[in-house]
This record gives sequence, C-alpha cells and structure tokens, in this order.
Amino acid sequence: MIEFALRTLPFLWDGFLVTLHVSALVVVVSLVAGVAIGIGFAYGPLWLRFPLRVYSDVLRGTPLLVLIFSVYYLLPMMGLNLQPFPAAVIALSAFKAAHVGEIARGAIGSIARGQTDAGKAIGLTFAQRLAWVILPQAVRRFLPPWVNSVTDTVKGSALVSLVGIVDLMLAAQQVIGRTYEPLPVYVLAAFMYFAINYALSVASRRLEARFAYIRE
Amino acid sequence: MSDPLVRIRGLRKSFGATRVLDGIDLDIARGEAVVVIGPSGSGKTTLLRCINVLETYDDGSIQVDGVEVGYAGPPGPRRRPRSESDLARIRADIGMVFQLFNLFPHLTALENVMLGLVKVRGLPNAEAKARAEHWLERVGLSEKLRSLPGQLSGGQQQRVGIARAVAMEPKVLLLDEITSALDPELVGEVLATVRQLASDGMTMVVVTHEMTFARDVGSRVVFMDAARVVADGTPQDVLVDPRHERLRAFLARIEMKRP
Repeated sequence: MIEFALRTLPFLWDGFLVTLHVSALVVVVSLVAGVAIGIGFAYGPLWLRFPLRVYSDVLRGTPLLVLIFSVYYLLPMMGLNLQPFPAAVIALSAFKAAHVGEIARGAIGSIARGQTDAGKAIGLTFAQRLAWVILPQAVRRFLPPWVNSVTDTVKGSALVSLVGIVDLMLAAQQVIGRTYEPLPVYVLAAFMYFAINYALSVASRRLEARFAYIRE
Repeated sequence: MSDPLVRIRGLRKSFGATRVLDGIDLDIARGEAVVVIGPSGSGKTTLLRCINVLETYDDGSIQVDGVEVGYAGPPGPRRRPRSESDLARIRADIGMVFQLFNLFPHLTALENVMLGLVKVRGLPNAEAKARAEHWLERVGLSEKLRSLPGQLSGGQQQRVGIARAVAMEPKVLLLDEITSALDPELVGEVLATVRQLASDGMTMVVVTHEMTFARDVGSRVVFMDAARVVADGTPQDVLVDPRHERLRAFLARIEMKRP
C-alpha cells in the first residue's frame, strides 16, 4: 500500500500543483473582484447595483460546470478562443466573485450606520472611511464565510478536469487508467484535497483570532 | 452681534411626506453655547445633523463661517449638492459628538482621536499623538490611551468621543443628546467636560434633555416643537419665565419626570 502510494505520488503531485495553481488564481481574482462588487452593492447608485444584482443572481444560480462549459465552448462561437486553462480560471473566478461579492456586501452592511456618521463628522472622505473605518471592521465578519468559500473553490476546482486540465482530479483518473486501482488512488487524492483545506482552516482560525479584539 | 458663526435661514427638510424642519431661522455667534430642547420628533437632532450635512436639507440655507455647507454655487433652485471632497473639508471644521458615542471599535482611545488629525489634518504621527494625548488628558483619560472602546465605560467612551471631536479644533461643536445613553451616575463626568469646553469659549450647539445642563451651560436656549423654533432666549427667559403655551406644557412634563 505504502509502496503503491509512493509510486503514484509523483504523478498525483503534478496534478496537485495544478489544483493549487488554479485555486490560488481564482481565490485572488475573485477576492479583488468580489470586494469591489460588495462595495458597489453597499454604496453604489442604482444604475450600478442593478446590473450587479443581475450578474450575482445569474452566476450564483448557474451550476459551476455549466459556467465552465459556457466559457470554454460558447465563447469560441462568439469569436473568442480560449485555452482550457484561462477558460476554466475565468469561469471559476466569475462564479466565485459573485459569492465573494455577497459575503462582502453582508460584512459591510453589518457595520453600524453610526460608524459612517462618525467618519464623516471628522472629515474623512468616502475612500478614507472605507480604508480606515469600515473595511477594518468588516474584515472580521467577512473572514469566516470567505474561508468557507475558499475551501469550496479548492474542491470545485476539480471540475476543471472536465475541460482537459490535468489537475489533481484528472491526474488521479489517469493513474487509475493505468493501474486499475481506483480505491487507493482516490483515497490518496482525497487526502491531498483535505490537506489543502485543513491547512486553510487552521490558517483562518489564526487570522480570525487576530481580529477577535474588536468588540462592538 | 457681529457676523454669526452659524447662520441658518428658512431651513426646510422633509422625510417623505413628513416635514421635520419647517422654516428654521437661527444665528449662533462665536463662543456661544446654544442649547436646543424640545419633545422627541420636534426636529432638533435633524437640525443638528443638517449643520454638518449628515442629512441634506431641501430648502433654505445653512452657513458656517460664511460658507454654505450643503450646496455649491449661487443660491436658488438650481444649486447643486456639494461634492464628497467639499463635504469632507467642511465637516472637518464642524465637530460632532453622538448619542451612542460611535467610537471606532477597532482603534484604541488614542487612535480614535488621532485618526482625523493624521488623515484629515495631515499632521505627522508624533504631532498628532501629542495633540491626541493632550485632549484625552483634558477629558481625564490619560490612563486609558491604549484602551479599546469595548474596555471603557459609557462615560469614558463619550469623553473619548468629545476628545476626538475637539482635537480637530472645529469652529463649532455639535452635541447630539450625548448623555442620553449613559447611566445616571456617569452623566456628571461628561457634563463637567462640556461645561469646561463652554467656559473655554467653544462655540457649540447642544441638543439635550438635561434641563440642568441647559440652565448652566447654555448662554441661550432654543425650544423646538413640531419642526419649528417656538422660543429662543436666555435660559432665564425660556426656562424660568416661559411665555409660550407649548413650552410651558413641555417644561411641566419634564419637571414631573424629575425625581
């Protein structure tokens, strides 16, 4: 068993790195875009909030796999040919950005109105109030659901194997195709997914503890 | 009276169909402490919040030190609301202390006071720190510089709120029922701080339910009822010798609640 694991590990390892790569890109892109969307939701005028609402509801209401296929197969019909990797990253990021946008909206909305009043009263501009008053407090509310969504991203990234990206999932399937030993390979792959997400939740608990001092 | 520091003319505001300010005229001179009293819903807090444009006003004019606070351009129906950066500059010179303190809970007492000094006034850190320490000491909190708001009592939090506003060296200070959320035994320490500021010549507009406060801090008392100013005069005129029917009824109700 151990010998088998050691033999298959190098093949899985490459896939593991691809999974990490895809996940990391998606997490970063969706974080930046999602926070921007959340700020738009919380403070934007109607002409901005309405399209954001449509975007968020449509994306969150569509299966991730459908989104990946849409970007990969539909965009080329409109003349935009994408390689599997960028196509998958774009689809996952767009999907995740909608989720992160809702998390950010909720976190910002949970900060009392009086905080904005107090920021205004000492003469802070909108950007300064966001940077020094609202966002530092919203972070605490934002972190727990966001870390959940990050672990979802790692797991959801397995779907990119369906457009031919050799991530951990597809690498495992390729090894199984050669060894005809599905169970140990899947167990090994599952353990590698778990290792990523366990590391993430440990890191997030540390991070949350750092913000626990804020009491309202 | 020379040019008033705050000049309010024909101020009107509605929330939907409800008129909350219906033609307010009020002048506040430099160094004056004007106390605004009146029943809940009479518009006093809204009046205060219009002065630093936490609320916009529909009609009329508010000038602080000669500058129209809410609108740019010449007066008239086509005047346009001020830009965010204009408002920030105007508000920096108008201090406000809130009923629920509204301290920044993620910052220490010292940092609460320093934030505006550094980000708005552009003071170097060391200078901002010195000034913040000075004001926290003035309000009796030199032991609490590193405390977070959550670690302070209500009275202490409110004194940080006062220090935060005053450290900006505003032209006028707006106090919005600043003792209403405090336990009775903590009211005294906050009132003493404000009394000190008033005697130092700080111009202030005080919305309060504390009649004792109105009597000994106010150089002038304004009584508002149903979106209008009903009486305006010295504490003696308004509180001791009230001529207006609704004012007498209001004072009688307050007296009855007194222990």
